[in-house]
Amino acid sequence: MFSRIPVSALLGMFVTSLFLFAAVFAPWIAPYPLTEIVGGVWEPASSQFWLGTDNLGRDLLSRMIYGARTTIFIASMATLLSFTLGSVLGLTAAVIGGWFDQLLSRFVDLLMSIPTLIFALVVLSVLPANLITLILVMGILDSTRVYRLARSVAVDINVMDFVETAKLRGEGRMWIVFREILPNALSPLVAELGLRFIFQVLFLSALSFLGLGIQPPEADWGGMVKENKDGIIFGIPAALIPAAAISILAIAVNLIADWVLNRTTDLKGGRSGH
Amino acid sequence: MTDSLNQLGKLAAAGVIDRRTFMKQAAAMGASVALSGAVLSKAAMAAEPVTGGLLKMGSSGGESTNSLDPATSSSAVPFLNGHQWGDLLVDIADDGSVENRLAEEYGSSADAKTWTFKIRKGVEFHNGKTLTPDDVIATLERHSGEDTKSGALGVMRGIDTMKVDGDNVVIGLKNANADLPFLMADYHLVIQPNGGKDQPDAGIGTGPYKMMVNEPGVRHGYEKNTNDWKSGRGFAEQVEILVINDDTARVAALQSGQVHMIERVPPKIVELVKRIPNVEIKSAPGRGHYVFIMHANTAPFDNKDLRLALKYGINRQEMVDKILFGYGSIGNDMPINAAYPLFSDDIEQRQYDPDKAAFHFKKSGHSGSVVLRTADGSFPGAVDASQLFQQSLSQAGIELEVKREPNDGYWSEVWNKQPFCTSYWGGRPTQDQMYSTAYLSSADWNDTRFFNEGFDKMLLAAKGELDTAKRKQIYRDMGTLVRDDGGLICPMFNDWVEGVSNKVGGWAVNSNQTMMNGQALSRCWLNA
Amino acid sequence: MPYLLILVAQRLALGALLLLAVSALIFIGTEILPGDVAQSILGQSATPEALANLRRDLGLEDPPHKRYFSWLWGLLHGDLGTALTNGVDIASSISKRLYNTMFLASVAAVIAVPLALLLGMIAVRFRNRWPDKLISGTTLGFISLPEFFIGYLLIYFVAVKLGWFPSVATVYDSMNFSERLAAVALPAATLTLVVLAHMMRMTRAAILNVMQSAYIETAELKGLSSFKVIFRHAFPNAIAPIINVVMLNLAYLVVGVVVVEVIFVFPGMGQYLVDHVAKRDVPVVQACGLIFAGFYIVLNMLADIIAIISNPRLRHPK
Repeated sequence: MFSRIPVSALLGMFVTSLFLFAAVFAPWIAPYPLTEIVGGVWEPASSQFWLGTDNLGRDLLSRMIYGARTTIFIASMATLLSFTLGSVLGLTAAVIGGWFDQLLSRFVDLLMSIPTLIFALVVLSVLPANLITLILVMGILDSTRVYRLARSVAVDINVMDFVETAKLRGEGRMWIVFREILPNALSPLVAELGLRFIFQVLFLSALSFLGLGIQPPEADWGGMVKENKDGIIFGIPAALIPAAAISILAIAVNLIADWVLNRTTDLKGGRSGH
Repeated sequence: MTDSLNQLGKLAAAGVIDRRTFMKQAAAMGASVALSGAVLSKAAMAAEPVTGGLLKMGSSGGESTNSLDPATSSSAVPFLNGHQWGDLLVDIADDGSVENRLAEEYGSSADAKTWTFKIRKGVEFHNGKTLTPDDVIATLERHSGEDTKSGALGVMRGIDTMKVDGDNVVIGLKNANADLPFLMADYHLVIQPNGGKDQPDAGIGTGPYKMMVNEPGVRHGYEKNTNDWKSGRGFAEQVEILVINDDTARVAALQSGQVHMIERVPPKIVELVKRIPNVEIKSAPGRGHYVFIMHANTAPFDNKDLRLALKYGINRQEMVDKILFGYGSIGNDMPINAAYPLFSDDIEQRQYDPDKAAFHFKKSGHSGSVVLRTADGSFPGAVDASQLFQQSLSQAGIELEVKREPNDGYWSEVWNKQPFCTSYWGGRPTQDQMYSTAYLSSADWNDTRFFNEGFDKMLLAAKGELDTAKRKQIYRDMGTLVRDDGGLICPMFNDWVEGVSNKVGGWAVNSNQTMMNGQALSRCWLNA
Repeated sequence: MPYLLILVAQRLALGALLLLAVSALIFIGTEILPGDVAQSILGQSATPEALANLRRDLGLEDPPHKRYFSWLWGLLHGDLGTALTNGVDIASSISKRLYNTMFLASVAAVIAVPLALLLGMIAVRFRNRWPDKLISGTTLGFISLPEFFIGYLLIYFVAVKLGWFPSVATVYDSMNFSERLAAVALPAATLTLVVLAHMMRMTRAAILNVMQSAYIETAELKGLSSFKVIFRHAFPNAIAPIINVVMLNLAYLVVGVVVVEVIFVFPGMGQYLVDHVAKRDVPVVQACGLIFAGFYIVLNMLADIIAIISNPRLRHPK
């Protein structure tokens, strides 16, 4: 089976699983504890500190490894939530149509219209600032985007002949949504999934600076870039490495998404892509 | 000593040695900060001023909500604006003393209860109106009246009566206060025509520059006031304050020559900025301090042993090294340092001592963790400093839980409300003012909930005490009391750190406020 | 096409209702937030008396619903009021900022949207070959960097080292069009890099999704060149998801660029809103909120309508 997977997808999987491995086994592989101050500020890479030290003199490699944990976990959960919520509602709205669609779509307009800053601050002052709130806020805000996309794709598919046929056959709505429309809407959704994950990684650091979510001395990669941002234009590794890690993760995840994309378009029949 | 000090000053002014080296060596010679600062600025003044050109400053601390009304100014840019278009009665000189501005001279009655300010004649406002003592009274009224919304209300409270007497303004106080002139140097008290009662945000004053462009949160442009009453300032034809809140953007603007001076260089990158050609770092020791404040009347901080445990558990030197990168000095859990007049340098310096911290923690009987609230905006590097504190306390077996709060609403919801949080104080020109503002039992901003009757009495006694030695002794006792009993953990005093292009001449050191006490644009010039 | 006209009219009417709802929600939100404008203005120098005086002057002692309705009354008469913090007329200060924001967003959009579509089509044309991988890799690399990171890199290399464009993008009234363009060059470049990947990836995926259909095969059998097939036949049928992602990104360019504004010192709407939220200056927050909400509502409507127009079956519903 592996022989059928292209090299790029294998590479993507290798990198992603490497990061996942780091995330899961962080306490065992990190050379130093997450919070301990072990050296001077912004020390360059050395045999003692493989990636140098951060803005307080903590080992950067260890923080990157622990950071993988928070970053990947929270971003995955939020993406999962936003996709389930957004695509199910979007597809359903498209199929049912009428006032249901109108109501849901305008509600999404409303959610999108409220500035994120105000939304986050109000949530923070009303709900407790914990991980669940954080994931809920990230997931729900993002699901509005997924909803718009899923609905627009589904509206197009909903009027196609094979869906009409299925309706005439008397299939139930759930059948139409999940068996007829979803498979044909999958490729734009998968492409979106890969990017949404990265947006969540970046969004996370923005929110933690509002006081929502990650509390110091815990860290996520985006937050680490921010903590060290004064050093960016001076080429300080502590600022560049977390940013590079996010990029590598982004590319790896999207390499896998591309592969899935190929498979879904292939599966739809017609011709094989390559 | 003075000769060698002057020699050293000239070297520093010529750029042979840098200012920090100078201050260190001067301190080694036994010169006070104020004296060395004065020597340095005198040496720098020796260079010949150049007139003309457009001098630009990049500053943080500006918002699109800013107003030109000095009564409501509370951040850096409004403060700087006030010093371009306006003047105070008196201001703080480079050596920390009071120097005359719109007051030609001042004096007090023997009991320091009645003060007389002689108002300068022949001074014109930018709108052509001539300055009169009535304008001064009107200004003071606007900041102290029943319905004022001025940030200076606190310092104006001690005033009982105000009246015009010929060319003089006579101020009667409720209690004696030997420091009244320092209070009149409060930056809110910019003298305006009819006190600004007609149009408080007109930007009309007697200052060296006339307001031309006012785009809050973006830029403020000025043109030279050709009718300026004061010589030795206003060299550039035009000056501009650009609001650049982002640290990296500010440094880049200086580096690429889009501005000639920048307010606040983050200490973390000072060493890196120094490598940039044509840019100099200027620093001035200040009275501002970054603090961790406990409410001394709220559990668990009402327990003196717990307070002491936390005080012994902070590594002050590490904070100065890692948060201020050496651009500052260690604190001693009181709000006063050597930059204040009448400072006693013989109060024992409290050191980081995990054993003592553990001892007091055990004695306090407190169990579990202690919650500290912080936000990035509470002082630069506050969240980092909190994590350092967490680490140094863990050495003593004390668990500190750091809670990052949003910057938004920090000053209204966390500071002065939550029992343990990070904060900063800009410092005041005198010890009396600092203590009256935040340590007197009845002070509005008693943010450590320090209620000590003996302390209050000493503060009142010091106000009216005209014998300097006795006064100094009282302040020493008060400082010791706050240090040992109070809810203040003061690990560090921060320097003003600013970046200046080498095209700029006339820079001097003034520790009172940022950017040469707001005078950088009017006292510096652009070398052709 | 009366159907479309009815749809637009319906959506506009609903849009007006939505705006009302948004204004009410934002008002309630700012009321829930701790602190008020008086406290924020005076900050650390707030004494109880000064606070009380300022509150009275600003009319904050009125009950919230009264303040909301008097604001709404003013709005319906075309009066946005004055900012509570510095008494500046909101309409005039907001129009300047809105113009700047629109200018920057337009410059970025004019470059980014066609570029993203083109790159997407190239990626489809050379699917899974090196141009596809190069385009994907580069754009993904940029999208995963925080905005400030890209901004700093451009400032450092383009403004400081090369000196081609200013790092401070302040625009003055006296500037002419080309000077303005030069001033916003770096922020516009940053924004372009930020939004490029999203639109490009969706173009690629959506076109690939329809490339399997029978009619594409027919077109290819007719002997049309592959670019022509992609552009003429596949793209129009893939437009619904693409247009939605384009609209999302256009909305971002207008509403979400505060970080870029801060870095490049650009006087746009984002920083204006953030400053006034921090100071709890409700009338200004309301005005900004309405403008932003209006953008979302109009852009979403446009996306839906373009999607309908592009699909003959939707254009003529049974």
